[in-house]
Amino acid sequence: MATTTLEPRTATYRRSWVLDWLTTVDHKKIGILYIVNSFFFFFAAGILALLIRTELAVPGLQFVDADTYNQAFTMHGTIMLFLFIIPALSGFANYIVPLQLGAPDMAFPRINALSFWLLPLGGLLIFSGYLFGGAAAEGWTGYAPLTDDQFAPGVGTDLWIIGLTLVGTASILGAVNFIATIFKMRAPGMTLFRMPIFVWTVLVTAVLILLATPVLAAGLIALFIDRNYGGSFFDPTVGGNPILWQHIFWFFGHPEVYIVILPAMGVVSEILPVFSRKPLFGYKAFVFATIAIGLLSFSVWAHHMFTTGAVFLPFFSFMTALIGIPTGIKMFNWLGTLWRGKLLLTTAMLFAIGFLSMFLIGGISGVMLASPPIDFHVQDTYFVVAHLHYVFFGGSVFGVFAATYYWFPKMFGRKLNEPLGKVHFWIHFIGFNLAFFPMHQLGLSGMPRRISDYSPDAGWTILNMVSTVGAFMIAVSIIPFLINVIATFINGEPAGDDPWEGNTLEWATTSPPPPYNFDRLPPIHSERPLFFLTHGHGHAAERPDDLEEEGGHKPGDVERRDDDLV
Amino acid sequence: MQAHPAGEEHAPAAAIQHGGSGMPTALLGMLLFIASEVMFFGGLFATYFNARATTSGPWGPPEGAHELDIALAGALTAILVASSFTMQFGVWAIRRGDTGKLKMWTGITLILGVLFLLGQLYDYSQLGFGIADGVFGTTFYTLTGFHGAHVFGGAVGLTIILARTLRGQFSARNHVAVEAVSMYWHFVDVVWIAVFSTIYLLR
Repeated sequence: MATTTLEPRTATYRRSWVLDWLTTVDHKKIGILYIVNSFFFFFAAGILALLIRTELAVPGLQFVDADTYNQAFTMHGTIMLFLFIIPALSGFANYIVPLQLGAPDMAFPRINALSFWLLPLGGLLIFSGYLFGGAAAEGWTGYAPLTDDQFAPGVGTDLWIIGLTLVGTASILGAVNFIATIFKMRAPGMTLFRMPIFVWTVLVTAVLILLATPVLAAGLIALFIDRNYGGSFFDPTVGGNPILWQHIFWFFGHPEVYIVILPAMGVVSEILPVFSRKPLFGYKAFVFATIAIGLLSFSVWAHHMFTTGAVFLPFFSFMTALIGIPTGIKMFNWLGTLWRGKLLLTTAMLFAIGFLSMFLIGGISGVMLASPPIDFHVQDTYFVVAHLHYVFFGGSVFGVFAATYYWFPKMFGRKLNEPLGKVHFWIHFIGFNLAFFPMHQLGLSGMPRRISDYSPDAGWTILNMVSTVGAFMIAVSIIPFLINVIATFINGEPAGDDPWEGNTLEWATTSPPPPYNFDRLPPIHSERPLFFLTHGHGHAAERPDDLEEEGGHKPGDVERRDDDLV
Repeated sequence: MQAHPAGEEHAPAAAIQHGGSGMPTALLGMLLFIASEVMFFGGLFATYFNARATTSGPWGPPEGAHELDIALAGALTAILVASSFTMQFGVWAIRRGDTGKLKMWTGITLILGVLFLLGQLYDYSQLGFGIADGVFGTTFYTLTGFHGAHVFGGAVGLTIILARTLRGQFSARNHVAVEAVSMYWHFVDVVWIAVFSTIYLLR
C-alpha cells in the first residue's frame, strides 16, 4: 500500500475562540474542559465543606439550621465524588491516554464531546435544587426511606436523581470511548504490556464504570418511579424493600470507590518512576494487581451493609480482606520504585509521596472496617468519615494535584512554579491531616456522622475545633495554587517538550502538542519508549519477541477505513 | 522533538489507521454499550427478583385486575424473534452488496418492531392495573416499559439505517452502521425473551 502523508488541516479556517472551545472534539481541549469544570465544582463543594466544619467547630447551632446542614453534606459528597474527582481524573485520562498510546485522538471524538457536556448540565441540575426549595438532603448515599416522597417531598431529590443519571450516562459513554481507544488506537509496537501504567488503570476503571454505573442508573430510575409515579420498589408498606436500595447503591458504590482511586494510582505510578529515575518496580505485578482489584471490587459491596443484618458477614468480610492483597502488592511496587532511587522532590513527586502515605492510612482503616466486630461499633461514625476522606482526599485528590503539577507543562507549555507549589503542598498536607486524623478518635468515641450539633459534655469539642482549623488550612492552601496557575499563564518558565525526562510518549511531542498530536513517533520496544530513545536500546535488544510482534505493523500501512457510526 | 536520532520512526499515518485488523472500532463501541445495557437490565431484574423473593403472598396482578395475557405476549414474542431473523437477512444481504434486499429486510424489521410496540400498548390498556398498584405492578411496568423504550430506540436506529440505505450510503465494504444496529436489535430481542420468560412463564 502506498504511504500516506498527513496534511495538517488546522488553521485553514477561522473560528471565534469561544465557538472553538464549545464545539471542539479534540481530546486535549475536551480534557482541559473536564479539568476546569471539575475545579469549579471542587471549589463549590469545598465551600460547602467549610460550612459544615464551621458549624461543627463548637457545640450548638450557630450558622445553619439542621435542614440546611443536611443539604450541605449531601451536596458536598455528591459533587465531590461525581463532579470533581471522577471527572478531573477523566479529564487527565482524556488528555493523556491518546498521547501515551501514540494516537491522534480518542476513538469517538464526538461522543467524547457529548460525555463532557452532559457533566456541567448534570452538575447544575443537582445544584439547582437550591433554587427550588432546597437541594437533596439525605446524604450522597440516598438511603431509602429517607428519599421517599414522604420524608423528602421537595423537588431537590428529583433533580439529584436526574442530574446523577445524566452524569452516569456521561461516565458510561466515556468508558466506552476509553476502552475502544485503548484496544483500537494504539501505535505500532504499543502492545498491551507496553502500555503505560496510567493507561492500564484507566482501562480497568473504564470497565468498572461500564459495568457498575448502569446498575446505579437502574436504581435511580426505580427511585424516581417510587417518588413520582406511585411505585413501591423501596416502600415496605406496599411490598417494597428499603434494603434493596442499599444493595443496588453499593453494588455500584463499591466499584465506584475503585473508579475513583485506580486512575489516581495510575498517576502516581507515572510520577514515582520519573522522579526516582528508575523504572516502575514490578510492572506486570502492578498490572495484574490492578485487574485483580477490578474483579474483586464487584464482590465486596455488602461490607457497607454489615449492620443491616441482611447480608452474609463471613463472605463479604473475607472478600474485602482479600482485596487488601493486590492493594498491598501495589504498595510494594511503589516502595520498590522509590528504594535507592535518585529522588527528585518536585511538587508532583511530593503529592505522589503524600498519596502513598495518606492512602496507606486510609487502606489500613479500611481493612479494620472490613472486620464485622469493629464495623458494628463504628458504623456511621466519624471513623468512617475519616476513612473515606483518607482514601478519597488523601488518595484521589492528592493524585489529581500530582497530575496537575506533572502534566501542566505538557498542556500549556509552561512549568508551574516549584517553590509556590511546595508551599501549596505543605499547607495542604498538614491541613489535611489536622482536618481528618482527629475524626478517627471522634468516631471511636462515638460521634455519629451527619449530625449538625453535639453536646458540650460529649468531649468532642477540642478535636472538632482542630478539624475545623485543618479544613480552613486546606482552603488557604488553594490560594498559592491559584496564584501559581495565574502567574504561570502570565510569565511561567517555558517547559520544552520533556521537562521531567519522562518515560512515556506524551513527552515525545511538543508542549502543548499539535492538534494531530505527533509528527513522528519514536520506536516502541518497552513501556518506556522515550527513555530508550534518549538512553539507547540496550534493553530492547534483549527481547527477541520484538521483531515478531512488530511484524503486523508496517510504517505507513493504512488499513481499511470503516464508515462512521456516529 | 527535532533532535530525535534517525532510526525506525513511524509515519503518523500508521498510527491514525492502526487497529484496522479485527473488529471495526464502531462495532466494538456498540458491543461495549450493549455490555452496559446488560448491566442496566441486570439491575432492573434484580429489583424484580428481590420483590418476588420478599413477597410472601400470591405473586401477580392485584386482585380484581385481569390476569396477564400470555397468548398476546407470546404472539408479540414471536413477532420480535422473527424481526431478529429479518434483520440478520438484511445484514447478510449488505455483506453481499445487495442494497435492494437490505432495504426490504430493514423495512420489514421496522414494521415488526412497530407492531410489537403497538401490541404492547394494547396489552397495557387491557390489564386493568397500573404501576402504582403494588410491587408487582411497579416491577412489571418498569421492566416491560424500559424494554419497550429500548425497542423504540432500536426502531429509531432502523429508521436511520433505512434512510441511509435509500440514499445509497452502504456497500459490501462499508456498512458498519448496519452491523451495529443489528447487534443492538438482537440484544433487545434477547432481553425480551428474558423478560417474557421471567414475568409471563416462570412468574
